[in-house]
Amino acid sequence: MGRSVTTQRKAFNTLFAWGIGLLIFFPILWTILTSFKTEATAIADPPVIFFFDWTVENYVVVQERSNYLRFLWNSVIIAGGSTVLGIIIAVPAAWSMAFVPSRRTKDILLWMLSTKMLPAVGVLYPIYLIFIKLGILDTRIGLVVVMMFINLPIIVWMLYTYFREIPGEILEAARMDGASLRAEIIHVLTPMAIPGIASTVLLNFILAWNEAFWTLNLTAAKAAPLTAFIASYSSPEGLFYAKLSAASVMAIAPILVMGWFSQKQLVRGLTFGAVK
Amino acid sequence: MKLKNALVAVSALVSVGATAAYAETLTIATVNNGDMIRMQGLTDDFTAKTGHEVEWVTLEENVLRQRVTQDIATKGGQFDIMTIGMYEAPIWAANDWLVALDDLSEDYDVDDILPAMRDGLSYDGTLFAAPFYGESSMIMYRTDLMEEAGLEMPEAPTWDFVKDAAIAMTDRENEIYGACLRGKAGWGENMAFLTAMSNSFGARWFDEEWNAQFDSDAWNQTLTFYLDLMEQAGPPGASTNGFNENLALFQQGKCGMWIDATVAASFVTNPEDSTVADSVGFALAPDAGMGPRGNWLWAWALAIPAGTEKEAAAKEFIEWSTSKDYIELVAENEGWANVPPGARTSLYENPNYADIPFAQMTLESINSADPLNPTVDPVPYQGVQFVAIPEFAGIATQVGQEFSAALAGQQSAEDALAKAQVLTTEEMEAAGY
Repeated sequence: MGRSVTTQRKAFNTLFAWGIGLLIFFPILWTILTSFKTEATAIADPPVIFFFDWTVENYVVVQERSNYLRFLWNSVIIAGGSTVLGIIIAVPAAWSMAFVPSRRTKDILLWMLSTKMLPAVGVLYPIYLIFIKLGILDTRIGLVVVMMFINLPIIVWMLYTYFREIPGEILEAARMDGASLRAEIIHVLTPMAIPGIASTVLLNFILAWNEAFWTLNLTAAKAAPLTAFIASYSSPEGLFYAKLSAASVMAIAPILVMGWFSQKQLVRGLTFGAVK
Repeated sequence: MKLKNALVAVSALVSVGATAAYAETLTIATVNNGDMIRMQGLTDDFTAKTGHEVEWVTLEENVLRQRVTQDIATKGGQFDIMTIGMYEAPIWAANDWLVALDDLSEDYDVDDILPAMRDGLSYDGTLFAAPFYGESSMIMYRTDLMEEAGLEMPEAPTWDFVKDAAIAMTDRENEIYGACLRGKAGWGENMAFLTAMSNSFGARWFDEEWNAQFDSDAWNQTLTFYLDLMEQAGPPGASTNGFNENLALFQQGKCGMWIDATVAASFVTNPEDSTVADSVGFALAPDAGMGPRGNWLWAWALAIPAGTEKEAAAKEFIEWSTSKDYIELVAENEGWANVPPGARTSLYENPNYADIPFAQMTLESINSADPLNPTVDPVPYQGVQFVAIPEFAGIATQVGQEFSAALAGQQSAEDALAKAQVLTTEEMEAAGY
C-alpha cells in the first residue's frame, strides 16, 4: 500500500521541482534571449529580459563570418566516431569484468576511473608531441581517438553497471545451446542491454560534443568542431556577448534537439538499475 | 605580329601556371577583434592578387596565446602566420622562434612604421613582427559632465587633476562614476594599467640587477593613489572590471573618465552602440610631472613561426595586410574610421584621416610611449606596461591578484605590495635571475 500524499504536499513538490528545473535551465534561457538582442541591449544595466527589440542580426553575422556547417560536421564526426569506437572496445571489456571477474577486476575498474582524476592539462604536451610525430594534429581521426580514450573509463563503467544487472544464467543457457562467445555478446547480451547501451551512447555523445579542452588544443582550421566555433566569438577588445550567445545557441541546438527526442531513452537507461 | 601575340600568350600561360603551382593555403591564427574581422572579410583581395588561399583560426585571446606558444615551442607547424603582441615578439625572437622580417620589399616602406611600434616589435634592431594595428592608452572623458563640474580638461593632465575631476564628476545616486579604471586581475588587465601608471610615478618593476621594486616609495604612491581614486570615484565592483566591462559602463553613460586603450575611441564614439557618442573628449594619459606619462604601448602584429614551409607566401600576406594599400582598401570598403590605426606614419599624414576626432590624440599617445626607456630610472628590460621576459606573465598575474584584492577591500595597499615583493623575488630567484 502506497503512502498517501496530500494535495498540498504534491503542489509544494511540483513547485519545488519546477523551481529547480528553471534554475538549471536559466543560463540556457538567458543565452537564447541574449542571442536576439543587440550588443548594446545585451549589456544593459539593469538587464532587459523580454521587452526589447528582437533581432536575428547576430545569427546573420555569425552565419556570414563562419562556416557553421564545417564545424557542425566535425562535431558530428568527432562525437559520433569516438562514441562508436568506445562502445566497440568497451562492450567486451565490460562483459569480461561483469561475467568473468578476476581478483583484480575491482582494481582495474578503480584504476580506469583514476585516469579521470588527472587534470587534462597534465598530459597535454606529451599528447601534443605524439600528435606531431604521428602527423595527426588538426585531423578528425586524431580527435576521434583522443575523445574515445578520454571517455572510455566512463563507457566501461556504465556498461559494467548495466551488465551486472543481467542474470549470468541467461548467458550460461546461451552457452549451453552452443553459442560462441561472439554470438553470446552480440545476440544475447547486447539486445538485453540495449537501454543501457543506448543511454551510454547518448551520454558519451553529449560529453564528446561539449568537450572543449582537447578540441581547442589539438585542432586549428581543418578539424575544429563547434566548441572552437563558440570560442572564436570571444573578444578582448569590443562587445561580443550577443554574437557569442548566437554562436552558442547554434552550437548547442543540435544536441538539444537530439536530447529532447531521446530523453525517454536517456532517463530509462540512467535509472535502469533503480527500476529493475 | 602573330609571333609577338603567340609569345605574349605563351608567357601569360607560363605565369598563370607558375602562380597556380606556387599557390599555397596559409593558416593564420588570430583574435576576434574588429580590425581582424575586417581583414578576414577582405582576404579575397589577397587571393586575387597572389593566388594564395587563407584559412583563419580565430581564438579567444588567452587561448590564442597558449595555443601559439605551445605550437611554436613544439614546432607543431599548425600555423603559417600568428597574431602576436608586443610582449611575445622580442621574447620569441630571442628564442629563434620567429622569421626575421628584414627583407620586406621596397614598396612596403618599412620606415613608414611608427618608430615606437617598430622598436617594440624588434629584437636586436631587427623587425620580427609587422604591426597590424597599434594602440596606446589615453583618457576618454564626458565633455558634458566635465562642463557641469566647471572644469576644463587640459590636453596633457596630471594625476592630481584627474583625481579632482573624477571626484567632482561622481554622482553615485545617478550611477555616474568619475573614474572607470581596470581592476580585474591579470597581466594584461589591471597590471597593464597599473604598470603604465607606475612608470609615471617613477616606479619600476626591477632595478638594473633584476631586484623586485615593490617595496619602493614610488610603488606605494602608485597603488595608494589608485585605490584612493577608485574608492572616491570608482564604480562598485571595480575589482572585476576589465576593458569590456568598463567599455559597457562608459557606453551606458556611467563613467566620467575612462583611461584605457586608444582603440576604444572608435567604440565610444559610435552612435549605434554608445549612448554618449556625441559628448566624448580625449586627452593624453596623466603624468606626475616626472617625465613618463601613464600610457602604455601595444600592437597586435603578424609574425611567421620559424620552420614554416610557406615562408615566402606568409611574407606576401604580411606585406599585403600591413601595407599602405591595405589601409586604402579598408577605407574604400568600410570608411576611414575603420582603418587599422597606430601602425603607419603615413596614415596620420593622410588628410582623409585627419577628420577622425581621436586620430591625433592616438598618434600623440603612441609617440609619447618609449618601449626601450619606459621608466624614470634605468631598467634592464624592454616594454612599457610589461617586462619582456617569459616569467612576467605568470608573476604579473599573481601580483595583479594581490592588487585586485586590495581594490576589493580584502587587504591594504601595504599588504598587497609586501606580498608582491615576496612572490616576485621568489619567482625571479627560481628563474635564475
